[in-house]
Amino acid sequence: MTTWDILLWVAMPYAAFAVFVVGHIWRYRYDKFGWTTRSSQTYESRLLRWGSPMFHLGILMVIAGHAVGLLIPREWLYAIGIDEHMYHLGATALGTAAAVLTLAGLAILIYRRRTVGPVFLATTRMDKLMYVVLGAVLLFGTIATVMYQLLGPGYEYRGTVGPWLRSLIVFQPRPELMVDVPIMFQIHVIAANVLFALWPFTRLVHVWSAPIGYLFRPYIVYRSRDDARRPGSRPARPGWEGIQTPDPKKLTKL
Amino acid sequence: MKVMAQMSMVMNLDKCIGCHTCSVTCKQAWTNRSGVEYVWFNNVETRPGIGYPRRYEDQEKWGGGWVRTKSGRLKLRSGGRMKKLATIFSNPKLPEIHDYYEPWTYEYDMLLNAPAGEHTPVAKPKSLLTGEDMKISWSANWDDNLGGSAETMAEDPILQHMSEHVASEYEDTYMFYLPRICEHCLNPSCVASCPSGAMYKRVEDGIVLVDQDQCRGWRMCVSGCPYKKVYFNHKTGKAEKCTLCYPRLEVGLPTVCSETCVGRLRYLGLVLYDADKVAEAASVEDEHALLDAQRSVFLDPHDPAVVQAAREAGIPEDWIDAAQRSPIHKLINEYKVALPLHPEYRTMPMVWYIPPLSPVVDVIASSGNDGEDAKTLFAAIAKLRIPLEYLAGLFTAGDTRPVEASLRKLAAMRSYMRGINLGEGKDERIADAVGMTGDSLEEMYRLLAIAKYEERYVIPAAHTEQAQELDELACSLDYDGGPGMGGAGPFGSSSGQQVPVAVENFHALKNRQTADRPSTSGRVNLLNWDGNGAPTGLFPPKSEGE
Repeated sequence: MTTWDILLWVAMPYAAFAVFVVGHIWRYRYDKFGWTTRSSQTYESRLLRWGSPMFHLGILMVIAGHAVGLLIPREWLYAIGIDEHMYHLGATALGTAAAVLTLAGLAILIYRRRTVGPVFLATTRMDKLMYVVLGAVLLFGTIATVMYQLLGPGYEYRGTVGPWLRSLIVFQPRPELMVDVPIMFQIHVIAANVLFALWPFTRLVHVWSAPIGYLFRPYIVYRSRDDARRPGSRPARPGWEGIQTPDPKKLTKL
Repeated sequence: MKVMAQMSMVMNLDKCIGCHTCSVTCKQAWTNRSGVEYVWFNNVETRPGIGYPRRYEDQEKWGGGWVRTKSGRLKLRSGGRMKKLATIFSNPKLPEIHDYYEPWTYEYDMLLNAPAGEHTPVAKPKSLLTGEDMKISWSANWDDNLGGSAETMAEDPILQHMSEHVASEYEDTYMFYLPRICEHCLNPSCVASCPSGAMYKRVEDGIVLVDQDQCRGWRMCVSGCPYKKVYFNHKTGKAEKCTLCYPRLEVGLPTVCSETCVGRLRYLGLVLYDADKVAEAASVEDEHALLDAQRSVFLDPHDPAVVQAAREAGIPEDWIDAAQRSPIHKLINEYKVALPLHPEYRTMPMVWYIPPLSPVVDVIASSGNDGEDAKTLFAAIAKLRIPLEYLAGLFTAGDTRPVEASLRKLAAMRSYMRGINLGEGKDERIADAVGMTGDSLEEMYRLLAIAKYEERYVIPAAHTEQAQELDELACSLDYDGGPGMGGAGPFGSSSGQQVPVAVENFHALKNRQTADRPSTSGRVNLLNWDGNGAPTGLFPPKSEGE
C-alpha cells in the first residue's frame, strides 16, 4: 500500500466529510437566505416538467440503492434470504433503470439550462462546477455498472467498497480494501468525494430541506411578531440595551 | 371565543381613477430590485379585463384557494399535502413569468452615446431576462382603460362566467378600476400550501408574511394563492409578497399605497374576529352564504364581552380602542357597503371593496336624466343588470343582492346629501329606503367623501416598550454588513446576512443603481435610480479638454 492509497482512501474521504459537515453548519448559520432550490421553473416549465421529476426520482432511487448496497453488510441480506444471485439481479435491474432515469433527466435539464436564455443567465459558476462534478459521479458510476455488471462478469463490490465505507464510518479505516477495486469504481468514489466536499457550497443543500414536516403540521401557521425577535435572534443595536437597575455594589464612596 | 386582531383594508372603488400611483410608489418602495422586476405587490386592473397575471381568476386552470369537499371539509384546490409533495419537482400549476409579463428596460445610453449618424438614435427595449432585443407585447396593465378591451376583454373569466350576450354590450356600459394587494386572508391558502412552513400569519395583526430565511423556493404558495399575490423572486429563489408595509404600520403610518393614493380611497384599520369560527365560516356549503359567514366571524368591538375576551387574549388597550374606531368595522359590519373580493375562494380575504356607483351615475347623466335623484338612481341600479352581475361575480360569488344593497346605500347617500346641500332639508325617506337613518348616512358621507386622514387610517402603533425591536426605527448603520462591511455574501447579492427590511446600505444602493445591465455595461436603470448622486453611466464621460 502506497502513500497514495492512504491519501485517496483515508485522507480524502475524511477531509471531504469534514468539509461536508462543517460547510453545512457554516452555510446554515451564515447563509440561511441563500439556502434554496433556486428553482428556474418560472422561466421555463415545458422541459422542466419532464426533466426534473425524472432526474429527482432517479437520483432518489440511486441513493436508496447505494444505501442498501454499501451500508448493509451482505451477510444481513443473506440472513433474510436474499442471496448473491438475487441481489445481483435486483441491483443491476433497478440500478440500470435508475441510472437511465437520472441520466436522461439530467440530460434534459442540462440541455434546458444551456438553450433557454433566462435559465442559462441564471446559472452561477458554482452551478456549472457542480454540474460537472455531479455529472462525472453519475457517469463513472454508470460506466462502472455497464462495464462490470452488465457486460462483464459482475464485480462484487459488497466485498470491498462496502466494507471499506463502513470501516471509515467506525473510524477503523481499511484502505487496503480499495486497492484492487476496478479503476472505474475508484474514479466514481473519488468523484463522489469531490462532490461531497462541494455540496454545502452549492444549491445541493436543498436536499436537506425536503419538507417532510409538511405532512404533519397544521395548515395555517401563526407566529408572533416577537418570535422573530427573541433575544439573540438578531444582533442587539447599540443604544437600545434594556434598562436595568444599577448594581449597588458598584457604588463607590468618594 | 378566541379574539384576534386583523389589520385590514377597504378600498372605495367609486373614487379610483386608475392613476397607478399606488402601484408605482409600492414598486419603488418594495420591488425595484432585480429578480422582482415583473412583480407588483400592488397593481391596478381595468375591469372588465383579464388582470395580472393574465386570467388569474380562472381557478380551473391555476388551482388556487380552497374547495369544499362533499363531507363539508376544506381542501386545497390544487391538492392536499401528498399531492403537493408529489409535484414538488415540477409544480404543474405554477405560472411562468410570461403569464405576468417579460420585464424589460430600454437601452437608454444609446440616446447619449450613439455615434453621429443620419438617423435619430432610439432606445430599444431589452429583455431583463435575456438581455436580448424584445418586442413588448404585454405588461402588468397592458389592457389599461380601453387599451386592450376589444382584443382581450372577452377573456375575462368573470365575463365568461356570465351569460354570453353580455360581453359584446359590455364595452359601452361599464368600466372601473380594481386596485389589488395581498388580501392577508383569515384562512390563507398560500400559508397552507407552503411545504417549508416559511409562510405565516402574524398573531398580533394578521399580516401574512414569508420568512425569507426559511423559504426554500418550493413555489407552492405561488400556485396556492388564488389572487396570485405571492411572487417568486427569480434571482433569490424565494417567495415574496405584499407585507402590508408592516414596518410602517408598526409605527402608526399607513401603507405606502394608502399614503400615496391621490383619490384617498383606501381605509386601514383593525378588525377583531373570532379565530375559532374561521374554519367553520369558510366551509359553509352555499357560496352565496360566504359573505355573511365571514361577516359573522367579525366581532363587535363595542360589545363588553368581546372587549373582555380581547383583554384576556392579550390585546392591548389602545388596540381595542383602535378597533372600536376602525373605519373597516364601520364599512363592513355597520354600513355593510364593503364587500370581499372573490369570497368563493374560501380564503376569507381581508381587503374589501366598496363597489363603484359612479358608472351607473354616468349612464343616467349621459341619458339626460338626473344622476343624483334617489328614485332614478334606485331604478337604474336595479335595471343595469350587467354591471350588477359583473360586480357580483367579483365580490359576492354571483349573488347580486348584496351588491345592489351596497350600491343603493351609496346612491341614497348621494341624494340625501344633495338634498342638504341644496337646502331642501333632510329627506329621511331616502335613508329609510335603504334601511339606514339620516344620521348614519351623514356619518358614512363623512367617512367616504370627506375622508379625513385620521379617520381613514386608524392604526395603533406597536408599543413603545417594543421600539428597539421595530424595523423602521433601526439605525441604518447598526447591523452586520452595514457601511464598510461589504454587503453581499460569498454567493452573490442574494446570500449572506439579510439586510433589515426598511434599511438599505450604501453598497446595496450603489449596486442597485448600477445593476440590471444585461444589455450594455455602464447603463443606469432609471426606474431603480433613487435620484441621489450621479451613478456612473448616467452622464457621458467628460472629455479630456474640460
